[in-house]
Amino acid sequence: MRLLGPVSLVLTERRVAVVGANGSGKSTLARLLNGLVLPSSGRVLVDGLDTATDGPAVRRRVGFLLTDPGAQVVLPTPLEDVALSLRRHRLTAAARDARAREILARFGLADRADTPVHALSGGQRQLLALAGVLAVEPELLVCDEPTTLLDLRWRRHVDGLLASLPQRVVVVTHDLEAASRADRVLVVDEGRVVFDGAAAEGVAYYRDVVCAAPLPGEGGGVPGARTGP
Amino acid sequence: MSGPLRPTWSGPVGAYVPGRSPMHRLPAGAALVGLLVTGLLTVVLRGPVGALVLLAAAAIAHAVAGLAARRTLHALRPALVVAALAAGWAVLTRGPAHAVEVAADLLALVLAALVVASTTRTDALVDVLVRLARPLRHVGLAPATVALAVALTLRTIPLLVTTTLETRDAARARGLERDPRALVVPAALRAVASARATGEALAARGLGED
Repeated sequence: MRLLGPVSLVLTERRVAVVGANGSGKSTLARLLNGLVLPSSGRVLVDGLDTATDGPAVRRRVGFLLTDPGAQVVLPTPLEDVALSLRRHRLTAAARDARAREILARFGLADRADTPVHALSGGQRQLLALAGVLAVEPELLVCDEPTTLLDLRWRRHVDGLLASLPQRVVVVTHDLEAASRADRVLVVDEGRVVFDGAAAEGVAYYRDVVCAAPLPGEGGGVPGARTGP
Repeated sequence: MSGPLRPTWSGPVGAYVPGRSPMHRLPAGAALVGLLVTGLLTVVLRGPVGALVLLAAAAIAHAVAGLAARRTLHALRPALVVAALAAGWAVLTRGPAHAVEVAADLLALVLAALVVASTTRTDALVDVLVRLARPLRHVGLAPATVALAVALTLRTIPLLVTTTLETRDAARARGLERDPRALVVPAALRAVASARATGEALAARGLGED
């Protein structure tokens, strides 16, 4: 089964948004970037490293934020989970603990450090997942629909945090408002990148062309790909 | 928001309970040695008195740890059932003194394990396991990876129980509580999915690949 057709891209912008319908292949595209999915042919290079042959080195550079924080947070309390990420830095236990508390404080979770994860709200859990990924200090952050499961208030909060990060960020999103603030937008449809260009045009293309097309099974589809200026 | 439908099951090897008790402040290595010694004593000490002393010691450790008795009793239910069955069999075969010894030994060990699991952070446990796994470096295994695998396995046990209970709820909701396939197949599939998700979650942070 082909999830994503031939794609040739060079991503250098600080903020790249990937939009598209459910099942269009945008998550597969995102997962290619840190080797969670490997291409059946061709290569994916991150700073010159091949995701197929240098997977661990790529993943040390590329953090990945999943849609569901429940799948991302692996330890029972926020403090333990962030401390797990910090193990890579070879700190002493005390230093790791202090650093984890510092990171949690930066994400507004200082008073939740020892709270069982299941007792956190959805938004807090997504913040924790983000804190856990950023604790390893990746150079690039790939986010797969990080706000899809959040209410509007948390969505804005997480969007704001992502916008303020010094790292390069590639975000897969259904939130066209957030996508419109990116430096570059990719529109993915039926396994193809059908638009690659400026944010405003990309969002308009997705809304007016892709979303206007009949649903799969109802005939039709999006005509040929388009590249923006 | 998706997520667990119920709090994670906290059985005999349940989750860490934050606290500042002396048991919480005990180094993880010392706590594990204490657990090991308890296990050895259940074998070495013969007779019901020794077993009851061990059980009392575990109960004192539990009290010192400041863990909630009700929660512990709930978590110990499976162990209590097994202890009752074992004691019943021992009464029939070797008499009441042996039954007391069997039941008390079993409960002492499980209670001690629960106290250690509830007062030792996974992070601290991993540190100890890394030290213990150092010799494995000579056979090509990374101690950090081995330690992480062991710690996550322990962590996974309550998650799997929670997943199974959720699956049972889902089967009940569809009136399929008497159909074992409605429990076993989805629970097994969710367990595999959960293992894959944990792997992805670690890969997403570049962990476990050193």
